[in-house]
Amino acid sequence: MENLLEIKNLHATIDGKEILKGINLTVKAGEVHAIMGPNGSGKSTLSNVLVGHPAYTVTEGEVIYKGKDLLALSPEDRSHEGLFLSFQYPVEIAGVSITNFMRAAVNAQRAYLGLEPMNATDFLKLMREKRALVNLDSKLANRSVNEGFSGGEKKRNEIFQMAMLEPTLSILDETDSGLDIDALRIVAEGVNKLKREDASTLVITHYQRLLDYIKPDIVHVLYNGRIVKTAGPELALELEERGYDWIKKDN
Amino acid sequence: MSNEQEYINLFCTNRELIEKPCAAMLNEERGKAFERFEERGFPGIKEENWLHTNVAAQFATDYGMNLGRVTTEAGTRDIFTCDVPNLGTHKAYIVNDSFQAAANNSSLPTGVLFGSLNAIASEQPELLTPYYNKLAANGDSIAQFNTLFVQDGIVLYIPRNIEINETIQIVSLLQSKVEMMSNRRLLVILEEGAKASLLMCDHSSAAHKSLSTQVTEVFVGAGASLDIYELEETSESNCRLTHLFVQQQADSRFNHCNITLTNGFTRNYVNVQLAGKGGDTNITGLAIGDRKQHIDNRTLVEHKTSHCTSNELYKYILDEESVGIFAGKMLIQPCAQQTISQQTNRNLCLTKCAHMYAQPQLEIYADDVKCSHGSTVGQLDENALFYMQQRGIPKEEARHLLMYAFAGEVFENIKIEALRDRLHLLVEKRFRGELNRCKGCSLCK
Repeated sequence: MENLLEIKNLHATIDGKEILKGINLTVKAGEVHAIMGPNGSGKSTLSNVLVGHPAYTVTEGEVIYKGKDLLALSPEDRSHEGLFLSFQYPVEIAGVSITNFMRAAVNAQRAYLGLEPMNATDFLKLMREKRALVNLDSKLANRSVNEGFSGGEKKRNEIFQMAMLEPTLSILDETDSGLDIDALRIVAEGVNKLKREDASTLVITHYQRLLDYIKPDIVHVLYNGRIVKTAGPELALELEERGYDWIKKDN
Repeated sequence: MSNEQEYINLFCTNRELIEKPCAAMLNEERGKAFERFEERGFPGIKEENWLHTNVAAQFATDYGMNLGRVTTEAGTRDIFTCDVPNLGTHKAYIVNDSFQAAANNSSLPTGVLFGSLNAIASEQPELLTPYYNKLAANGDSIAQFNTLFVQDGIVLYIPRNIEINETIQIVSLLQSKVEMMSNRRLLVILEEGAKASLLMCDHSSAAHKSLSTQVTEVFVGAGASLDIYELEETSESNCRLTHLFVQQQADSRFNHCNITLTNGFTRNYVNVQLAGKGGDTNITGLAIGDRKQHIDNRTLVEHKTSHCTSNELYKYILDEESVGIFAGKMLIQPCAQQTISQQTNRNLCLTKCAHMYAQPQLEIYADDVKCSHGSTVGQLDENALFYMQQRGIPKEEARHLLMYAFAGEVFENIKIEALRDRLHLLVEKRFRGELNRCKGCSLCK
């Protein structure tokens, strides 16, 4: 299988403080990787650096995505190239309806790919189809993005956007946080329905629970800015049972 | 010689010329206005109400005034084509400061008057005299200046219980081959139970410096209902000084939406007096500034009796080095019990060089009222911008979407759908930088 993402010796800082201290990670097309680790280990920093959040500075290392230098691309071009982040805390955007937001996003992506903007009928049809995947209420589509949404609705909205944009590499940053069991199942089922052979997923989570629904091929443990352990799905179960203390002791 | 002295001399020297073509009603008010103007002069920047707006400096230019009433030859149809699509209006023009009727207007209901202030004041003085300058006489010295020099304008008079469904549109055009000043006057009278909506568009040519003063006196009779939408699309070389005086009787409704889309130096003053029980007033504004534009909105809502409601919303979006000033006051008199009043002012400063001066004020002398006010100044939400970029929306477009969303709240008060659509488009274009000039009319080309 082809390498979709190669992270080599990645170091990154925020406000001068080094958070990532040499990450190495390779994701092949079609794989699902889980990244686990205790609070403050750098999981969210890794996802933010990958999508180009301006608050973080990469001080060393490189990231090759689809054979390209990912770090040289603007955040929007990373998106156009198929990188998607399901935010841990989706942002509320007052006054911008989901429909207008998604139309801008879809058409920006199409423009990047050299395609004409989608006509209104096709666009609304697409919205309807993708909404059904995550049981997103049609009423929500006319509301402002995430404004006044419950925790579950926000996360469903993230997966809905993922469905609309059909990314090649999806990063789910603690998508399970703030979800009850039913919402978790709906979100996870949505992710599973979107699975493609050429597309990969990075699942960032504290808990094994989400991995019951989204089965990882490989599990990594991130601690203190480095990946300290990599194994199969059984590692997640072991962490659930033993906690992170034994990892911390060894590192 | 100070600025005001030059204008005082100008008036004294040309009084005969100014008064000759004018109705007695206009001339009779000049004496008192002269006294008041001479006494006060132009407001200085040490005056509380003019701290950030140096209006005297705007009068320093040697403007031409059309005191001899030379007819403008320009056909309005040739220079103005900024019609609102899908909105048929009953239209009139004020070219510089002269009334010009529009062709192809449908006929208005019997008894309704819509035409030249000077002409109607000559023909039916008994109708207008009880209203003319009754509110503006108490205005500041710019209002006095207008009364002093005004020669024409527009009257809209709607008799009792007549409802006009078609939107009435007044288009002000300033165009001249020299620096030009225009002093225009509007008088809007709705008798008991009448209903109308008025769209006022203000355009100016960019070629020469221009200054306009505009005094509008509005009388909304008992149970009457009036919407006024004002849209400024002037140029950088224009100075616009407006006064809107509104007096509302019992159970009347007044809705004002004031949009500064493009401008140079603007000062708008809105004064609403709620003089009859059960009156409802709603005043909103949107100001979009960039470059070195100056937008000063001052409002005063006076609750003079009980059981009235007032609602105010003003929003500013300031880019580059533009300056915004908002001073809104709700004045609740001792007898105005059971008042409900709310004032909101929200502002976006997009650069470090943009300045916003906000002064929300409540002055309450009654003890059984519900009043609130709030004002904020902020920037675009960086988290929201990044969220949108992550979804592939280019940063510039994300900024526009957020700015547009911010402005959108003001449009909710526009009850004419075609106008709302038009404004949406204009604002969108404005943010994209495609509206430095209104491309539709040859004025701006």
